[in-house]
Amino acid sequence: MSMPPVALEVRNITKRFPGVIANDGINFTLRRGEIHALLGENGAGKSTLMNIIYGLYSPDEGEILIGGPDGELKPVEIRDPHDAIRLGIGMVHQHFMLVPVFTVAENIILGDEVTRGPSLDMATARKKIKQLAHEYGLDVDPDALVEELPVGVQQRVEIIKALYRNARILVLDEPTAVLTPQEVEDLFKVIENLTERGVSIIFITHKLKEVLAIADQITVMRRGRVVGTTTPAETSEQELASMMVGREVILQVEKGPAKPGEVVLDVKDLYVAGERGIEAVRGVSFQIRAGEILGIAGVQGNGQTELVEALTGLRPFVKGEVRLNNQLVPPDDPRALFELGLSHIPEDRHKYGLVLPFPIADNEVLNTYYKPPFSQGIQRQGNAILEHARRLIKLFDVRAPSPLVPAANLSGGNQQKVIVARELSRDVRLLIANQPTRGLDVGSIEYIHRKMVEMRDQGIAVLLVSAELDEILALADRIAVMYHGQIVAVMDARDADREELGLLMAGSGTVEVPVSTPQAV
Amino acid sequence: MQGILQLEKTSVLYRYRNLFIYGTLLIVAVLASYISNPVITTAVLASAVRQATPIVLGALCGMICERSGVINIGIEGQMLLSAFTGFLANVYLDNLFLAVLVAVLTGALLGLLLAFMSVTLKIDQIIGGTVINILALGLTGYFYISGLTTSGKLQPIRLGPLADIPLIGPIFFSNPPITYAAIILVFLSHYVLFHTRWGLRTRAVGEHPRAADTVGIDVYKIRYANVIIAGAVVGLAGAFLTLESVGSFERAMTNGRGFVALAVMIFGQWTPFGAWGAALLFGFAMALQTQLQFTGQFNIPHQFIGMLPYVLTIIVLAGFVGRSRPPAAEGVPYEKE
Amino acid sequence: MTDQQQRVSAGRSGLSLVVAVWRAISVPVAAVLLAMLIGAVILAISGAPPLQAYGALFRGAFGSTNAIARTLEKATPLIFSGLAVAFAFKAGLFNIGAQGQLLMGALTAAVIGFAVTGLPAVIHIPLALLGGAVAAALFAMIPGALRAFTGAHEVIVTIMMNYVAINITDWLADGPLKDTSGSNIVARTPQILDTARIPTIGSVPLGFVIALITAVVIWWLLNYTTIGFEIRTVGLNPYAARYAGMRVAFTIVMTMAISGFLAGMGGAVETQGVVGRYQPGFNTGIGFDGITIALLGRTHPFGVIPASILVGAMDAGSNQMQFSAGVAKEITDVIQALILFFVAADMIVRWIIRARTTEAAGPALTTGWGQK
Repeated sequence: MSMPPVALEVRNITKRFPGVIANDGINFTLRRGEIHALLGENGAGKSTLMNIIYGLYSPDEGEILIGGPDGELKPVEIRDPHDAIRLGIGMVHQHFMLVPVFTVAENIILGDEVTRGPSLDMATARKKIKQLAHEYGLDVDPDALVEELPVGVQQRVEIIKALYRNARILVLDEPTAVLTPQEVEDLFKVIENLTERGVSIIFITHKLKEVLAIADQITVMRRGRVVGTTTPAETSEQELASMMVGREVILQVEKGPAKPGEVVLDVKDLYVAGERGIEAVRGVSFQIRAGEILGIAGVQGNGQTELVEALTGLRPFVKGEVRLNNQLVPPDDPRALFELGLSHIPEDRHKYGLVLPFPIADNEVLNTYYKPPFSQGIQRQGNAILEHARRLIKLFDVRAPSPLVPAANLSGGNQQKVIVARELSRDVRLLIANQPTRGLDVGSIEYIHRKMVEMRDQGIAVLLVSAELDEILALADRIAVMYHGQIVAVMDARDADREELGLLMAGSGTVEVPVSTPQAV
Repeated sequence: MQGILQLEKTSVLYRYRNLFIYGTLLIVAVLASYISNPVITTAVLASAVRQATPIVLGALCGMICERSGVINIGIEGQMLLSAFTGFLANVYLDNLFLAVLVAVLTGALLGLLLAFMSVTLKIDQIIGGTVINILALGLTGYFYISGLTTSGKLQPIRLGPLADIPLIGPIFFSNPPITYAAIILVFLSHYVLFHTRWGLRTRAVGEHPRAADTVGIDVYKIRYANVIIAGAVVGLAGAFLTLESVGSFERAMTNGRGFVALAVMIFGQWTPFGAWGAALLFGFAMALQTQLQFTGQFNIPHQFIGMLPYVLTIIVLAGFVGRSRPPAAEGVPYEKE
Repeated sequence: MTDQQQRVSAGRSGLSLVVAVWRAISVPVAAVLLAMLIGAVILAISGAPPLQAYGALFRGAFGSTNAIARTLEKATPLIFSGLAVAFAFKAGLFNIGAQGQLLMGALTAAVIGFAVTGLPAVIHIPLALLGGAVAAALFAMIPGALRAFTGAHEVIVTIMMNYVAINITDWLADGPLKDTSGSNIVARTPQILDTARIPTIGSVPLGFVIALITAVVIWWLLNYTTIGFEIRTVGLNPYAARYAGMRVAFTIVMTMAISGFLAGMGGAVETQGVVGRYQPGFNTGIGFDGITIALLGRTHPFGVIPASILVGAMDAGSNQMQFSAGVAKEITDVIQALILFFVAADMIVRWIIRARTTEAAGPALTTGWGQK
């Protein structure tokens, strides 16, 4: 079988940022019509490389070559996205580059508009979009407002945007992060369709299972370098994981059986309003006992964020009852909840979890600064605060030279550790962890998983909300699935099945799964 | 609206039902007032349209800047300095047309300064606007020479027989040129913003500049261009004050109009027609204020009447800003990574 | 934990303290010099000899004990407005209404000064001061509450409130509170009683001393108390503040109240220490001084003091400059605008003087019209 011609080649690309070498002598070859996965953990340099190919960064060293129609490789200069687009490179970013208040058509033609005289010619644009959509099997309504579309459809818009500009090389950056397992299947079909028509695909991800499922070639990056290129047939999840991290990785968390005690959190018939008045949580009820981890699985956008906000006092709830330690909790009062023993690791650590310009010490007392020993009346006790921070830094292995270092200077993993340290160093009864390992390196992920199991074993009730099904399956004792604001199933983790969970997450009705602990569904 | 009138939910009548209700009430009120005292009604309403002119121009300026992502609180300063330079040009060049041009140019130059501060230097945009305000106050105060006179100001242009229609004629069809220009600019900016390539790109840059960047649009260039053009528009407002309305210059004569324009812009939801409607409302308040002070009817201290536009601004802001949706990326300097 | 403690504990030697202070002031100093340079150019263009003008300015500000007293007098209300603006900045708020709040404070102090009789100075002076400050605080709570509960941006509201304050105080001074003694026709209140007057110590106005003490108190409040911690947290990250259980709306209103309180004190001190009554037209300006001073002083309570003395000196000296060099005093406004520009554009200044300063991120001031 002859090898297809080279579509894109990258030679010896190096890119330096202050303090770090993001790409170090990268060599990478993409052949026409192939699906080439670029694998690596957060911070490995994959996005940097793709941004260079798309013209958003310029490399310090190295060259890029594009294969012409005759198979001839020619070196090219890509100074900005214009050049990249002209060379047939299209990119679907991890965080969509779509203007929410524009229609699908407006988003697609932006920068490449069809005009009739001075006016925009939306009619012609619509026609061309419908044509493309039909040809590639990507169904979209050109006049729909992007912000009202589900995430999977938004992604289709991004792909059409690239195809509208005659992309022959398509870069997909973490495309499955926000999709249900069903939508992932659909996406894979679309990708295969594209490759059959000669489009070459670079697929950036950190999800090992997907890589093995769909890729033709796999390139693994670690710390800015390419550590290996292989094919699914020649490798395994375990081997890929080791290549990504550079050492043996324990893919399973060590976890003994749970010993649940009394009910700590009791949620009854909760209704929470989301943005623009739409009900985000509709009649949710569940309980969590001391010493167990309840994992809420579900694709982002099904009400989990609003549920957590309601349980942590950041969003008022319109109906329903929440009891913590048998006490009715007031809506809208985080401080009261902390006093009752709540700890909250928030979804967005930069926005909610930390005040980045403050030193670590201040961040560690963010919810306790007003109490002794950290203050006497209104006067703060600087020494007590510093001591506390030093202790936590040591205990939780935060890599920082002193407690006076601003949180902004820490790596993502260490920032999360500061938050975890703060939340776990109080008298905790209930820990709510929302996407606790998002965007972290493997080492930090392992650490946080270990800590959560530790807490559970000490008798703390844990609510884990995560979009990563693997994380839920690894950690949870019981699993609940959230879809469209409701809990559609609750089951014991031992009885959980990946496929079934995927179906539930996509809303495929209720599944007959025996419920092992008595509760309202 | 079901019940009395069965209306389709998508019909024009239904969607703009609020507008129709208030519009009808307004027309009824105007007619009633006209019947009771035609002279005063016509005078006040005509004055309202004219008083609205600098405000709508200021609001258009603010809107164009913010649509591209730059918050401009220096409108007051731009208006003031343009009024001043236009006035000086009229004094020394004795040519009204050139004087207007000078005012427009002044506004555009200050726009360039604001763009430089906001886009290139990435200074906090409120501070940037404040610099322009203080600079304008200082320069106009420093270079002010009292007692200067000009040969005249821009006169109303009657649009033929249309100007003879009772009530509507004097209000809409018998105005000086800048007032007409303001109305034309409202229509023009609506068209450009929502129906041209330039408008689409501008709005994209104001909502999601990174998305625009990734399709090859030059975010900096668009912001610069918009802010400079907006400056020219508000320069016209300055020209109105000294070349069409009052005919002379007073220190700090803008008197807060630039800030009222911002409230008008917010009330009008960052759209040209919305701004025009809101500006007419404020123009009316100002005309009413002048009328009340003039006739001294209700025995209210003149200072209270003087407060009217400012209190109205506060009420508008408090009531409307929470429910409004400005361009998503405004106020944040764009960093190309 | 404060910048101060950070700096001090990072290097306890006197030298590193000097270095740290230099780093903090090099940019503002350069900004002032650059602004004065450009001011000189403008003077030259308009036919006024710059050196003579600046010389007169300096003489008018520092040339005699009288001049220095005048400078300190002018600086006093500026310190209060600068503190007011800087304090609000810490919570991410732009209080451009310091001027209006100052007027309310000045008027209220005057009223307490002349209407309340039979009190010894020891009680009358603080009473009038406090009364003025509280009146201004209440006045400032309006934009604060509007911002906290409706999202109305305080920039516009406070500027509008300035006009409202001017109108209200004008009316009161020309109407119900007018001085009807003798043959007075000018719009002004009666003189305050002697027991409400703030004396001078030698030629140093006591008001100036009060201002200095206030700056220290504010510094302590911001950096060493839980209230200050809450204010700074809300300014740097209101989301994290909410997450941590702080009451963001309450903090915003309280910050504006304290900010207004400070501005009101400035007005009260002016009435009780200098003017002796409330007369509209004193201290006009639309309150932008406070912003320039706050930014020039790097929004630090101690930085506000030298900044105020600088602007006060320009104010005090401008009369002399107008008199002996024939230069219109508004040139000082232009110079102030330039100073503000250079301080804000510290990038330019740093490039010019090749300084390296490590800037801690400031509060997020401009992020739209307050919808979030």
